Amino acid sequence: MYDVPANKQSVDQTNQKITARNVQVFYGEKQALRDVSVDIEDRTVTAFIGPSGCGKSTFLRCLNRMNDTVSIARVEGDILIDGEDIYDKRVDPVQLRAKVGMVFQKPNPFPKSIYDNVAYGPKIHGLTRSKSELDGIVEESLKRAALWNEVKDRLQEPGTGLSGGQQQRLCIARAVATSPEVLLMDEPCSALDPIATAQVEELIDDLRQNYSVVIVTHSMQQAARVSQKTAFFHLGNLVEYGETGTIFTNPQDPRTESYITGRIG
Amino acid sequence: MTDIGSTPAELPGKAHGRNGSLLAESPLMKPRNAAEFRFRIYGLTAIVVTLLTLAITLFTIVRDGAPAFFQAQLTYQVFVDAAVVDKNGTADPVEMAKVTTIGYARLLGNSLIAYLDEKGIAVEGMTPKEITDMISKDAPARLRDRVLADPSLVGQTITVNALVGGRIDGYLKGRVTRESSVNDSNVTPRQLDMADKMVEAGILRSGFNWRFLTAPDASDLRPEAAGLGIALMGTLYMMVLVLIFTLPIAVAASIYLEEFAPKNWFTDLIEVNISNLAAVPSIVYGILGLAAFINFAGLPSSAPIVGALVLSLMTLPTVIIATRSAIRAVPPSIRDAALGVGASKMQTVLHHVLPLAAPGILTGTILGLASALGETGPLLLIGMVAFVTNYPASPLDGGFMDPATALPVQVYSWASRSDPAFIERSSGAIIVLLIFLVCMNIIAILLRRRFERRW
Repeated sequence: MYDVPANKQSVDQTNQKITARNVQVFYGEKQALRDVSVDIEDRTVTAFIGPSGCGKSTFLRCLNRMNDTVSIARVEGDILIDGEDIYDKRVDPVQLRAKVGMVFQKPNPFPKSIYDNVAYGPKIHGLTRSKSELDGIVEESLKRAALWNEVKDRLQEPGTGLSGGQQQRLCIARAVATSPEVLLMDEPCSALDPIATAQVEELIDDLRQNYSVVIVTHSMQQAARVSQKTAFFHLGNLVEYGETGTIFTNPQDPRTESYITGRIG
Repeated sequence: MTDIGSTPAELPGKAHGRNGSLLAESPLMKPRNAAEFRFRIYGLTAIVVTLLTLAITLFTIVRDGAPAFFQAQLTYQVFVDAAVVDKNGTADPVEMAKVTTIGYARLLGNSLIAYLDEKGIAVEGMTPKEITDMISKDAPARLRDRVLADPSLVGQTITVNALVGGRIDGYLKGRVTRESSVNDSNVTPRQLDMADKMVEAGILRSGFNWRFLTAPDASDLRPEAAGLGIALMGTLYMMVLVLIFTLPIAVAASIYLEEFAPKNWFTDLIEVNISNLAAVPSIVYGILGLAAFINFAGLPSSAPIVGALVLSLMTLPTVIIATRSAIRAVPPSIRDAALGVGASKMQTVLHHVLPLAAPGILTGTILGLASALGETGPLLLIGMVAFVTNYPASPLDGGFMDPATALPVQVYSWASRSDPAFIERSSGAIIVLLIFLVCMNIIAILLRRRFERRW
C-alpha cells in the first residue's frame, strides 16, 4: 500500500474531529506555540512535521492535556473535540485521556506483565464487568496492534522483556484498549529499527479505520507514507496544513519548501 | 570477491611513527600513569584502613562481650526447711511472703555447707561465710519466687541451680586471678580454690546464659544476674512504633512534595527545612521530646511511646529524603504512560510510582530505623536510662506506656558501672545490638528482593 502515491490516498470522511483555534502555549515566559488553528479529521492520519523545537509535540500534548502535568505550561485559545472545548472547566482530563489515547516517543510499557499492560486502562476505567470480558479486550487490542500472534503464549511475561518494536506495539495496544476516538503518537518510531518501523507504520494505516490518528514525526518519508494530511510547524507557528500530497509536491510556503528539500531543519 | 582475512597479510617491519613507538612509554605518559597508580593506591589504602578498623572493633567487642553469654551456676540439693520459710505451717503464699530473701539466703547457704560436707569437698581455713558468699545475692530471690509459686516444695529437698557471685564467675572466665583476689575485698583466694574443687566435683558448671537475654537489669551487688530483657523489649516496642509513626508520614509527605506540590518558594522552604532537620543533633530532639511529650503532653517518662515519638521525629527527615529520592528515581515515562491511558494522579502514584519506588523506600526506612536503634542521647533525656526491673506489659495492655529501657542506653548504663562484670555485659549488649542491626538489614534486603522481583 506504500506504493500508492500519497495524494491518491482517499480520505474516508471529511467530518472534523478536532478543531483548534488560535492556540497559544507558553512555558513560563517563553511562547512555544503561536496562533495555531487547525482542523483534524476523523478516520484520517494527520502528520505533524517540522524541525526540532518547533512546537509540534507541544501541540500534540495539548490535545489530551498532557501539558497539564507541566506546572509552568499555560494554554490559551480553543481546542474542540467533537465540538466540545477540552479546556472547559467541567472537563476532567482523566476522562479526556480515555477518549484521546497517546503513544510516546520511547516505548514505555509498565513493568508489569503484557496482559496487565493492556488490561490496565480498561480496568481503571471500569470498562469490563468480568474477567472473560477483560480477556476479550486484551486479545482484541493486541490483535489490533498486530502483536497477538507474537505474545499470545506469554501474556504473563513482563512487557519490558519484549523487543523495542514489540514494546511500542504493546504501548499502542495499551492505548487502543480503552477504545479511544483519537490516537496521538509522538514520534512513535524514533526509537525503532527500520523493520519495526515498517510494522508500526502498517499498523497506523490499519488504525485509520477506527481512529483519528495524529502523528508527530521527524521523518518526512514517514509522513508521506502514512498520513493523508500534513501540518508543517516552524518556530512555534503552523506554517502550512493540507493534503499530504500537496504539501510534499507543491508546498505553498517557502519555509515548507526549504524544510522538505532539506535546507532548514 | 574474497574475504579480506583469507590471505594473511604480511606484517610490516619495525618502523616508528612520527611520534615514536607505541611499544615504549612516552615521557608524557609517565607522570600520568604514576598519578593514576597513586590514585588507585589512595583508594585501596582507604579501604584497608576501613576494614582494619571494622575488624579491630568487632574483635574487641566479641572478645570482651562473648563471656557475657556464659554464666557459671551451682547445682546442688537444698532442703526447704519449713521452720525457716513457713513457721506457722499455713502453706499460704501470702503468709509465707513475709519471709524475706534473707531467710532463703540462710537456707541456700546452710544447704551448700551441708552438701559440701557430705561430698567431702573442703578447703583448709575456709570459713562458712566464705562459702555462703560464693552464692550470688540473686539466688535467694529466685528460690523464694519458686517456693512461693509452689508451696508444696516446703519440707522437701529440691535441686537448685544457683548463680555464683560475679567474682567466682569471673575467675572461671579468666577475668579474676589469684593475684587480683589478694587485693579484692569481694573475693578470697580460698574461694577460688573452692571454685576449682567445685568444678572438679561437677557442682559448678558454666552454661549458656539465657537469662542475659531475658532477665531484667540488676543492682550493682549482683552483676551476674543482670540481663537485657527489658532493654530488648523496650527497643522492640520502640522500633515497631517508630515504623508505625514514620513510614506513613514519610511516604505521604514525600508523595505530596514530589508529585502534587506546586514548585514555589514555600515548597522550597519546606524542602530546605527537611534537609536541615536531618542534620539537627539528636540530643536536641531529646530536649524537644522532654518538653513537648512529657512536660506538655503529660506522657509518662521512660515509656517506649515517648522514646518512639522522639526517635520518629529524629528519623523522619532522613526517611523523607530517602523516600523522595526513591520516588524521583521512577522514570517519568511511567507516569506519562499511566496518565496517557487516563489514570488519575492518585492511580498513577499508587499503581505505578509507589510499587517501583518501594524497594528504595524500604531501604531508606530500615536504614532510618537502624540509626534510631543505636540512638542513646535523646533517650537519656526522656528518662529511658532508668533502672527498670518490671517487664512492660504487652502492647495490648498499654505496654507502650510502661517504663522500659533500650539497648544502647543499657550499654551506656552498664559501661558506667564499676564492677568489671558489667563491662563484660556492656560489650555483650553491643553484640546483641549488632545482631539486631544485622537482622534488620537482612529484612531490608529480603523485602527489597521480593518487591523488585514483582516488577
